[in-house]
Amino acid sequence: MERFDYHRPTSVAAACAALRADPDARLLAGGMSLLPTMKLGLATPSTLIDLCEVPELSGIAVDGDSLVIGAMTCHAEVARDPLVRARLPALALLAGGIGDVQVRYRGTLGGALANNDPAADYPAAALALGADIVTDRRTVSAAAFFTDLFETALDVDEVVVAVRFPCPRRAAYAKLPHPASRYAIAGVFVADTAAGPRVAVTGAGPLVFRDAALEAALAGSFASAALADVAIDPDNLNDDPYASAAYRAHQVMVLARRAVDTLA
Amino acid sequence: MQIAMTVNRQAVAAEVEPRTLLVDFLREQLALTGTHVGCDTSQCGACVVLVDGRSIKSCTLLAVQAAGATVTTIEGLAAEGILHPVQSAFREAHALQCGFCTPGMILSVVDLLQHHPDPSEATIREWLSGNLCRCTGYHNIVRAVQQAAAELR
Repeated sequence: MERFDYHRPTSVAAACAALRADPDARLLAGGMSLLPTMKLGLATPSTLIDLCEVPELSGIAVDGDSLVIGAMTCHAEVARDPLVRARLPALALLAGGIGDVQVRYRGTLGGALANNDPAADYPAAALALGADIVTDRRTVSAAAFFTDLFETALDVDEVVVAVRFPCPRRAAYAKLPHPASRYAIAGVFVADTAAGPRVAVTGAGPLVFRDAALEAALAGSFASAALADVAIDPDNLNDDPYASAAYRAHQVMVLARRAVDTLA
Repeated sequence: MQIAMTVNRQAVAAEVEPRTLLVDFLREQLALTGTHVGCDTSQCGACVVLVDGRSIKSCTLLAVQAAGATVTTIEGLAAEGILHPVQSAFREAHALQCGFCTPGMILSVVDLLQHHPDPSEATIREWLSGNLCRCTGYHNIVRAVQQAAAELR
């Protein structure tokens, strides 16, 4: 790894100021993606700003019909939190299926969203549930947050503070994990919301996306039988040594049916 | 940077570069070579140690991130020369072949048994999904975990 400086600010304002002071600085949340990327020399920040001692970034609370989860909440905490398990069990199950135990102790919700890995699990939940990403200065809808491969709407000196997940009537997530990394080769989050069914797909394409055909089919009947005649176009899907685009398109339908079936 | 932490019940203080990984700090500065580096990509689990009681992969944690923490490595598990029950069970159930993955396996299992005193085989296998054994000795590892769990209950 290249050399870098290390800071531990104790407030969001200090973290933002540190980012503004050095354009080559990067935030460090759990480090489960950033540190491996730095080992490979694919990221060479001048400074790491570790968010582990910023109290404003932790905590899980109910706010009206939503769950608000602090950005530095690790996956293991989301997986076992009684509020999440009661109000949004699909999110607890998703968090409990990320990586392995050791990754879930360190990896964070805010880090996962800000990294926007195309095979990460959380973006599918955020997009399907219509989550809002709360930063130090504004609130961004998930639909506007994920802009491109590993790219988000965040400004260079902006810090994710929390994520507000509206609780759906019911929701489920199903994924085909890569056998070593547990990243989604394909993952489908299905939510039955007040605004109708919403389906978000991760892992299959270069960016998490909603699928209008799947949502329309489930609006007619929220049952896996309704998906029998729907197909996903493989044209824009990922094609790599793990899975061809055609295989991913097929898997998305398998996973969508599997997710809906768990809610029957 | 100057850092201080507790490693295997002993206070340690040292000067490290921020880029020093915890596993390299343990192995090279503290000469605790029981913690192994396998894949170095946080997948194989050979480098698992306990940080504040939680099993973590020390190849993907900076030593400076562990400043102030309490760290337990495989060297710190036996107390006064008596093997920890998980260590004994691994020996008795023949849960190791080459032994390379064993320190990480054992520390993962210590963490598992803090949360699940009577884990099912499925729970054990799921928990150990981040610890790879290239000798594929999983069958006896599961037996050892069950034996250790019974011993500790």
